[in-house]
Amino acid sequence: MSASGRSSAHVAIVDYGLGNLFSVAQACRAVGLGSTITNDRPTIEHADAVILPGVGAFGDAMQTLRRLDLIGVLRDTPARGIPLIGICLGVQLLMTESQEFGRHQGLGLIDGEVIRLDQPQEQGRRLKVPQVGWNRIHPSGGGTERWSGTPLDGLHDGEFMYFVHSFVVVPEDQSVVSSTTTYGDVEFCSSVSSGRIFACQFHPERSGQRGLGVYTNLRQLVEAGAEERRTSA
Amino acid sequence: MNIRIIPRLDIKGPNLVKGIHFEGLRVLGKPENFARHYFEQGADELIYMDAVASLYGRNSLAAIVERTSREIFIPLSVGGGLRSVDDIRAVLRAGADKVSLNTAAVARPELIREASRAFGSSTIVVSIEAIRRKDGTYEAYTDYGRQASGRNAVEWAVQAVELGAGELVVTSIDCEGTAHGYDLALTKLVAELVPVPVIASGGAGTAAHVCEVVRDGCADAVSLASLLHYNRIRHAGDAGDDFASEGNIEFLKGGATYSRTEDVSLRDIKRALQASGIDCRYEAVS
Repeated sequence: MSASGRSSAHVAIVDYGLGNLFSVAQACRAVGLGSTITNDRPTIEHADAVILPGVGAFGDAMQTLRRLDLIGVLRDTPARGIPLIGICLGVQLLMTESQEFGRHQGLGLIDGEVIRLDQPQEQGRRLKVPQVGWNRIHPSGGGTERWSGTPLDGLHDGEFMYFVHSFVVVPEDQSVVSSTTTYGDVEFCSSVSSGRIFACQFHPERSGQRGLGVYTNLRQLVEAGAEERRTSA
Repeated sequence: MNIRIIPRLDIKGPNLVKGIHFEGLRVLGKPENFARHYFEQGADELIYMDAVASLYGRNSLAAIVERTSREIFIPLSVGGGLRSVDDIRAVLRAGADKVSLNTAAVARPELIREASRAFGSSTIVVSIEAIRRKDGTYEAYTDYGRQASGRNAVEWAVQAVELGAGELVVTSIDCEGTAHGYDLALTKLVAELVPVPVIASGGAGTAAHVCEVVRDGCADAVSLASLLHYNRIRHAGDAGDDFASEGNIEFLKGGATYSRTEDVSLRDIKRALQASGIDCRYEAVS
């Protein structure tokens, strides 16, 4: 992995008590992208991109984000032209609502809901939930041109990424689905991309060299966006 | 689904070690060098286990974990001597993705619930280390196989999942290090009872053993130690030269070979899995 020097762009990794914050920070570091793990609203407001990671329960996560008064700043991020990246629980939190242990409101940045992985089976054997492990991602509705200009740019159809999850997102608008993945006999949306939002159910920071490639793309997108804002300011 | 191949590195002080039935630990080299090699070979995750932590009451892997997580971008589980939510937080901060609990969880099962609440179930792996009793049942052991717990290992596995364990590593101490194959009956018993993934551990001596525990033992993932470590020592020139001079280094100094395990690499094992119709992640690392 070649990281050609450190970037001037800086991302905020939202810390709400849960999640693989440190591996996300290590991946940023590996591709030369500066990052801060933070729950400070002004720091998040001034970042060139915001990463919302997370593992754990949807309801607890939303409650913590509310308590930290971060709902507003997260909702406004894409509208201000700042990239918002959701990882794992992070993609689920972007949706309208979740069915995880009752009904919970999400950030509502993408219309759709979060449902449980529904009894996946393979050759008559019931698969384990959570899905823990590597699985392939495929471009939604055709070829890998769907991924150009997004963090998945340059990946092959069928690339392996690392997943840990019991729930999946179901966006209403199919055109926001960036990739799909099949677990046993269940096909689900494994990433979404819409305007300044990119979010994935898998963990690119734990997905080897190909996963780091996603962070390299992210660095380029964040730098390009930061440069654009500087010149237009 | 894709079966995961998970190299397990047992660590004592600064060195990678390996024993038989968790005893007679030989020094094999520097853990970081083995970890990097396995990452390059396409390992799906790694397990670091502090072999003496419960004995000394502390996990001393933080520095090794930190160095590893800076250069290896696959999930890393860390176990050994973790007694509290604070202990777990410390290794996660050092760069671990998951922690593996045994001794402290057997002593106080509520720790599993507290830890899975604090960090999410998917972060909490419970390690079940079992010895087969004369009557065919299994007993859970703690302290790296040194202490009998009196608990039925299979019942304990079910309870651990109810308390919030997101995965189980199931090790047969009888098979561990022998290279005679996994305990298929134990693996299957647990794998069919719990809804979460089961990682089979202990006994792999050939690629065929790995295929067998997936097919007949219903394992969702396999942990490998001797099979991979001795393969690397046979083929990597530096393995025998790079170790800290403490512990039992006679094996490395003597330049002896180890003939119990088949001479197969991680890549060879993945090829064998695929040849027998078992899916796994397979990619060339550039």
